[in-house]
This record gives sequence, C-alpha cells and structure tokens, in this order.
Amino acid sequence: MTKYMDRTTWALTIGLVLLIVVNFFVPEWFRSILLLSLARGSVALGLLVLWRCGLISFGHALFYGFGAYTVALIVKYLGITDAFFTIACGVVVAGGLAWMLGFLLRRYRGIFFALLNLAFSMILYGVLAKLESLGSTDGISLERTTFLWYAPEGAANKFALFIFAAILTWGVALAVHHYLRSTLGYMTTAVRENEIRLEFLGYSAERAIHVKYTISGLVGGFGGAIAAMTIGHVDPDSMAYWPISGDFVFIAILSGTGNVGAPFIGALIYELIRTYAFDQFPEIWQLIMGGTLLLIVMFLPNGLWSLVDRWSKRRTGRDRLEAEREKA
Amino acid sequence: MKHVKGRAAVLLASVASVALIATAASAQTLKIAVPTFLTGGSAPAFGIPAKNGVELILKGINEGTLPAPYNSVGLAGRKAEPLFYDEMGGGTKQVTELRNKAQKEKVDMIVGYISSGTCAAVARVAEEVKLLTIMTVCGTPRVFEELVKEPKYVFRTVAHGTGNNTGAAHYAAKMLKDELKDGYIGLNQNYAWGQDSWRDFNLAMGEIAPDVKPAKKQQFPKLFSGQYGSEISALLRAKQKVVHSSFWGGDLEAFLAQGTARGLFKRKTFIFTVGETVAYRLGKKFPSGQLVGTRGPYGIYAVGIDTPLNNWFQKNYREIYKEPPSQPSYQYAQGVLAAKYAYDKAMKDNGGKFPTTDQVIAALRGATFTSIAGTVEMALSHGHQAITEDRWGLTAYDEEKGELVVKDVLVLGAKCVNPPDGVESVPWLKGGMKGAKCG
Amino acid sequence: MDSQLLVIILIDGLVYASYLFMVSVGLTVICGVQKILNVTHGALYAFGAYLTATLLIVYFEAGWPQFGAFFVMLVSAIFLGIVLGVIIERGLLKHLYHEDEHIVVLATFAAFLVLEDVLLLIWGTDAYIAAEPLMLLGQTDIAELPFDNYSLSMVLLSAVVCVILWYGLRRTTFGKMLLAVIYDRELSQAMGINVTKVFLLTFIVGSFLGALGGAYQAPAISVQPGIGVEVIVLAFAVVVIGGMGSIPGALIGSLVVGIARAAAVHMEPVLELFVIYMIMAFVLIVRPQGLFAPAKPRKI
Repeated sequence: MTKYMDRTTWALTIGLVLLIVVNFFVPEWFRSILLLSLARGSVALGLLVLWRCGLISFGHALFYGFGAYTVALIVKYLGITDAFFTIACGVVVAGGLAWMLGFLLRRYRGIFFALLNLAFSMILYGVLAKLESLGSTDGISLERTTFLWYAPEGAANKFALFIFAAILTWGVALAVHHYLRSTLGYMTTAVRENEIRLEFLGYSAERAIHVKYTISGLVGGFGGAIAAMTIGHVDPDSMAYWPISGDFVFIAILSGTGNVGAPFIGALIYELIRTYAFDQFPEIWQLIMGGTLLLIVMFLPNGLWSLVDRWSKRRTGRDRLEAEREKA
Repeated sequence: MKHVKGRAAVLLASVASVALIATAASAQTLKIAVPTFLTGGSAPAFGIPAKNGVELILKGINEGTLPAPYNSVGLAGRKAEPLFYDEMGGGTKQVTELRNKAQKEKVDMIVGYISSGTCAAVARVAEEVKLLTIMTVCGTPRVFEELVKEPKYVFRTVAHGTGNNTGAAHYAAKMLKDELKDGYIGLNQNYAWGQDSWRDFNLAMGEIAPDVKPAKKQQFPKLFSGQYGSEISALLRAKQKVVHSSFWGGDLEAFLAQGTARGLFKRKTFIFTVGETVAYRLGKKFPSGQLVGTRGPYGIYAVGIDTPLNNWFQKNYREIYKEPPSQPSYQYAQGVLAAKYAYDKAMKDNGGKFPTTDQVIAALRGATFTSIAGTVEMALSHGHQAITEDRWGLTAYDEEKGELVVKDVLVLGAKCVNPPDGVESVPWLKGGMKGAKCG
Repeated sequence: MDSQLLVIILIDGLVYASYLFMVSVGLTVICGVQKILNVTHGALYAFGAYLTATLLIVYFEAGWPQFGAFFVMLVSAIFLGIVLGVIIERGLLKHLYHEDEHIVVLATFAAFLVLEDVLLLIWGTDAYIAAEPLMLLGQTDIAELPFDNYSLSMVLLSAVVCVILWYGLRRTTFGKMLLAVIYDRELSQAMGINVTKVFLLTFIVGSFLGALGGAYQAPAISVQPGIGVEVIVLAFAVVVIGGMGSIPGALIGSLVVGIARAAAVHMEPVLELFVIYMIMAFVLIVRPQGLFAPAKPRKI
C-alpha cells in the first residue's frame, strides 16, 4: 500500500482534483493554456524519462507530431472523432515508431543521440510539408472532438476535453512515476553514472535505454494527440519543426528532473511567459524567451524543481530521512 | 504668485479633463487586433507594409479626414485602436493568440492574416469563439470551401488565389501568344501556396488556351531555400519561354538577383503572381517586361487610379513612409475599411444607435462597398468571400518618375476570373469555367 | 542522359556543395574540437550577411574601387568572428564547460534566440539587397549555358578554406595541440596544453567561418529576418551526414548532397525537397556515426 501511495502520488492526485475544480472557474483562454501545458508537459515528461539515463533528444517533436497527425488523419480520413479511440491510436503509433527507432538509437549516447533524434524529426517535417494528402504546409483542421456518445458543442467541448485530458495525464504521470521507481527504472540512473559497470553487473544498458525511449515516445505521442484536439488544427510548422523540439527541451530544463509533476508546472510557466512576452513585447518576444532560458541555464541548471528540493532539505531531520528514503 | 496659482489651477483642471476624456474615450474605443508578420522572412515584403497601411487608414478614420463616403469619425462613431501582434510561429501559436485576443483582451474584431496556413488554422476557431475576423491577404480558397462552409464570423475582403491565377492565364493567352508557342513551365515554392497556385494556373490555361501545353516537369524548390543555381540552369535549358511563379518575399528577391546575373530574364517572360510585393523595393533592379500580379487594384496597379480615396492614400502613405504603398498595404487598409463600412451601415440600419456584432455582420454579409481604388463585392460563400477585378501588366522602369510602373495593363472583371456563388474554385476550373462573364 | 546535362549537373552540384560546405564548416570545426553543437552558428551567418550587406550598400554608393567589395566581406567576417566569438565563448560557454553537453547546446539555442532579436533591434525588419558583386564578376558559358562567376568563385573559396584548414590542423603546432584536445581533453591539459585558450581560439575560428559563409552569400540573397534558422537546419544535416565534427566528412557530405540535389532538379524536380533528408536517413541507417566519424575511445 505505502509503495503505491507515496508523496508524489498524493501530490499528483491533489493536483488533479485542483485542476478539475479550477476548470469550473477559469476563462476559456486560460483553459486552452492549461490544456496546452498538459500536452507539452507530457512531452517534457517523456524527455525527463530519457534524461534519467543521461540522454536528451533534440527531436521530440517527432513523437509530438506523430501523435497529433495520427489524430488528425483519423479524423480526416476515417471520420472518427472519438477522443478515446484517436488518442489511443496516437499513443500507439508514436510509441511504435519509438520502439522501431529504438533499435537504432539505443546504440548512441550524448550529443549523437540528441542529434539523430533531430535528424529523424526533420525527415518527418519534410514529409509532412511536402505531401498534399497530409495537408502540406497548410495542415489539417480537425472536427470537434467527441467522447463516446457525448458530443458537446462550443465551450462545453473544451470543458469536457479538459477533464478528459487532466485525468489521462494524471494516469500517465503516475504510471511514469511508478515505472521510474521500479528496478528497471533505477537502472537508468546507473546507465548515466557508468554504463560499462552496469553491463558487468549483468544488465543490458541498451535494453534499458530502448524501453525508456519507447516510453518517452508513447508519452510524447500522448502530448501531441492532446495538443491536436486542443488546437483543432495540425500543421508541420507547429508540430514538427525543430524549434518546437527546442521548446520541449526548454520546458524540461525549466522544470528540472526532480519529479514527474515538474514538467507540467514548467510547461504552464513557459506558456505564461510566452503569452506575456507576446502581448507586451510583440517585436522582441524571442529575446525574452531566450533570455529566460539563459538565466535558467546559468543560475538554475537543475530547473525550478531544484528550488523545491532546496526548500525541503532545510526541513527537519525526520522529514529529510523520509525524503531520502523516498529518493533512494 | 497669484498668477502662478492660477496657472496651476488651469493646469490641474486640464489634466483632470484630459484624464476624464481619456477614460471616456477608452470605454468608447473599439479594439482591433491586427496579426501581421513583425519578424521573420515575411516581415519586409508583407508584414510591415500591411502594418503601415492599417496605421494610416486608422489615423484617417479616427481623425475623420478620409474622403467621402468614409468622412465620418470612427467606426460607427467610435475611434479604433489597433493591437498589432506577430503572425510568426505556426498555426498552434496563432490559434492560442486568437483565443487570447478574443477572450482575454476582449478585442472587438481581428483584421489581418497574411499566410494561408494561418488562415486555415484559425478559421474554425474564430467561428468557435464568435469573433468577427476579417481576413485580408491570405489566398487559399480552402477557408470557405472546405474549413468553414457556413461562415458567420469569418470574412475575407480580398479575392482568393484562384481568381488571380485565372487572370494571369487570360493575360498570357491574349498578350503573350508568341512567347507561349513552346508552352509554359512552373517554378513554385514547395508548399501549399506554391502547389495551389500552379494547379490553378495550369487548370485555367487548359481551359483558356488548350493548345498550349505545360512542360512535363515543373520546378518546386523548397521554401526559403535561397539558392536557385540549379533551378536557373534547368529553366535556361527548358524550351518553354513563359514561366509561372508564385515566389514572394526574400526567395523572390534572391531568385531575381541570381537570375539577372545569368541573363535569365532576357530569355524568359515570368508571371510573378505576387511579384509586386518586392517590386518597389528593387526598383530599377526588378527585371522589366515581366508580369506581376496583385490580386486586384492594389499597389502598383492602383497608381494613377483617380479616386479621392486613392489619391489620399497614395499621397499620405508616400509622405509618411517614404515609399509607395504596395499590395499588402492596400489589402490590410481595405480590411479596416470593410469594418468601417459595416459598422457605419449597421448603425444607420439600427436607427443611429451603436450596433451589435450580429448587426455588423449582417451589414457586411453580401455587401458591395467602395474600397480605396476599386469596388469590393462580398459575392461568394454566403456573402463572406470577396471578389474584385484583377489587373495584369508588364513591368517597366520609369526613369522620369524614378519608380517601377506597369504597362500594357489588362483589366479583368471580377465575374470573369472568379467562380459564381456556390461553385468551388477547382471544380469550376475543371468544369470549363462555366458562368464566367468576360467582357 | 546527354553529356551536356551531365556537365551542368556537375557544375550546379559543385556550386551548391560549396554553399553547403561554407555554411557548415564553422559548425563542424566547433563541433569537432569542443564537442558542442553550436546553434549560435545560424546567428553568426545572419550577422555576417547583414553586416556585409549594409557595408556593401554604403561602399557601392561611395563609388570606391569595386573589387574592394571582397575585402569588405573578409573584414566583416573577421570582425564578427572576433567580437561575437569572444562574447559568446567568454561570456557564456566558458561557464558551462563543466556542465552536461546538452545544457551547452541549449544555452547556445537560447543565445541564438536572443541574437536573432538583437539583429532585429540593430537592422530592423527591412530586407537588404546588395547584389552588385554578383553582377561584377560577369558570366562564363559552360556547356552552352551562362553561369555567373560569383557562384563559381564560391567553389574556389571552399577549396581555399579546405586547404587552409587541412594545413592548419596537420602542419602547425596549434593544429597538433587541437588534435590532442579533440582526442582527450583532460589528458592534454595534464600535458600542459592550455585548453581554455585552444577553446577560445577554436570558437573564434568557427565563428569567423560562420560569419564568412553569411558574408559571401549576402550579395546573392535578400538579407532579411529568419535567414539564420534555415542555415542551421542545412548545417546540422551536413554535420550529421559527414560525421559530427569531421571536416573531410563535411566536405564529402556537401558534395554528395549538392550533386544529388542538382541531379534531382534537372531530372526529377519533385524529389528536390527530399534529397537532403533521404541522404541523411540513408547515412543514419547504414552508417549512423556519419561518413567520417572519428573513432571514439571507450572509457571505463
């Protein structure tokens, strides 16, 4: 029992309840921002999984784009707008792609790994931008999302989508959290520390990475699928172009790797900074985003979550002991 | 001492009254969100001239200095304040921004959008959030033919791209008979706009001049590739003398420079469907004897059209921005004028009271209004899609004026180059352009 | 396929290859020595193009001797390489060498975003066109087609850069120090090589090459916002194909892509967009470390 109900689980559950309550009161534009934060936060969560083994991908828009386009294409060609079905397809397709690419990518580390991901995402971008059947650069617009037999219109649709997305994201975050705490999960930290020693212990580092990569692809596809339904439109420039991958890494760095909840908070902060910069400084918003990122990299390289850690370290010894037990 | 006190009192009083007026005015101000490219490659050729056009026309509207029929102050008596923001960053960002503008900043309307990709992305969302959206430059017919078939809040006050390419085909068939002997070839950027433009032109040529054949293979270089050496070689080798191209902005400028260095424009006649956007900035360096299009009586084709509104626009624009107004300046200003027309008319229909958004929409739907240098008919897609006349001509440099001009201009009626109401553009072209009225 | 077409594909391919090489060589040098994927490379390219274009416009208006234009390009590139190179390396990267390499890439990405807007603040959104040098060198007819000598001169420039780099790496003391640093940073430090200085110099050279790419392209393009982004993608692709940080790799990679692209344009234009991605995918699958990846020692 205690194994499954640790502090993170509680925090995530409280977060979910809070989100659902908040959903009743927020204005529509803010609901969209929250939804997008869930979507982008999921992709950043995928990056966090990889990061635990010291790997980072500069091309995670690949899975984001795959998830989003899978949903859009199902809507366009099959006419199925059901959220459960489309999201499942988006996740499976993106995860399947990750699994296949994993055979190749698991052999690489460091910057090579990061760049190969970028290369694959650029191939996807090229294909999407070229093929008219995939909407070319104009992209594809989606029909209104439905939920089994329930087909709300107008603002009610986003309201329902929000609850749907929040619950699923909660599930995804919990699953990732418990995976990371399992033996296989811990192995990845060992990959980061010293891979060859790990192999001498009889574990396959490549297999551990492959599993992580697949998970990260699944979660990325999930984010993309949510984003497609939120925005109602997919196009290569906002789904698969390399600066989008840069955004995800930005969010991951901003959040830090301390906790599976962090990417979602990071994504929300990112969206808010961007919205504010865009409103107030329409001509130099890039400078503000870049400047923020620079400050984070220079002064808070472990992300915002390191502030939480620092704060919790100051607390009493008993708490600290508990925290350490949890960490270990 | 007394004197000073008196002055202070006057000052205080005037400050107070200014503050009062300011608060009163802000409650009565219409907020118009204006998306346009402020950064990125589309900014110099499109985004900035568009922004200038809006600034100028709004200044005229707010001061009440426009010539008739727009000589009243404000939109339905209210002054308007533009809220410019960047169109960069793809569909996701623009959809989010549209929501922000509608729900957070509570703007009264959006006037703008340059890229067809953005228009396609935001069309449904604008309907969903019920925000009056007047699209001003983007050309894809998909907006009303595929995405929003029953529009209420979305309007487009320029003709779509099909009309422009049909006009080009008419001009070529009539005026370039000799050059067309060996057929024609395409050079378009490899993305939705380039692909659509070529398809429309090619279909229109097939109907208008069925004897003239296109080349077997067309060039489709990547957008923003900037290097056209191989494409220029391929065009130079091709026997076709007429080249259709929807290049724009920096790609077009780079292509013109690289082509000129290799004598390309002495051997070929190009049809640059959006070439006018760079024409003024290149001036003398723009090759002469090439076709440029503006999708209506805008920019270079509006020079010399003698209406009070056009004279006002040309004179003031040149004075303030030290360059002639180009196509996007006209098209954005036209979007604002459409809003003024609709607000004023709706107020009149409403017995002089300030109209609701629904009344404004009713006033604009299906309307025919005077624009800067021509007439706009909201004739298609339930009165939400405009048609205008189309003009085509050849570039020439006027040494006396020191500026690029067009000669041998052909004016094609709105009903000649656009499909009739209820007919989609591609089926219309494929079906032999039934219902076209060419004078 | 006739022989005239073959010659033209070869020439077009060479010209495009030299363009690719010039925009990617700076990135390659820095990637090879410092193991950094330097995203600011795109900004350096843009700065090079902007500075050169503005200077050229002034230069030609003043009516100074025309061939001095090439001197203007070189001087702007050297100036930018030193100024921006020192600012970025000393101000930013120096503090991050002990960090994870991903953090460094991200920092350069952030610096790139900032520099892009600095460009806008300095030069505004206007486009700058300075095509005079392009017209200056005239034309040459090859296989019955006119080519402009400026593009052909780019092939020459790439060759010169290649030779200088090869000589600098293999025949000078600095080059040998560099190779030692590439192989093992810590060991070379222990042997008395001033790695800090080597890094700074490498970064300046890499930045100079990036700016030179932009400077030499300036007359052939319209210099305007956003040109840096496009270049980064191309340069990344070349670096991936060639093997990260390998100069011969970048050279061969550029040639393969350049000639394949020219062949596509002339024979099957719809494939043009895919050429670079297809080659990249092929290389990744067959030889994922790139064509010329340096051997990597495994450390226990």
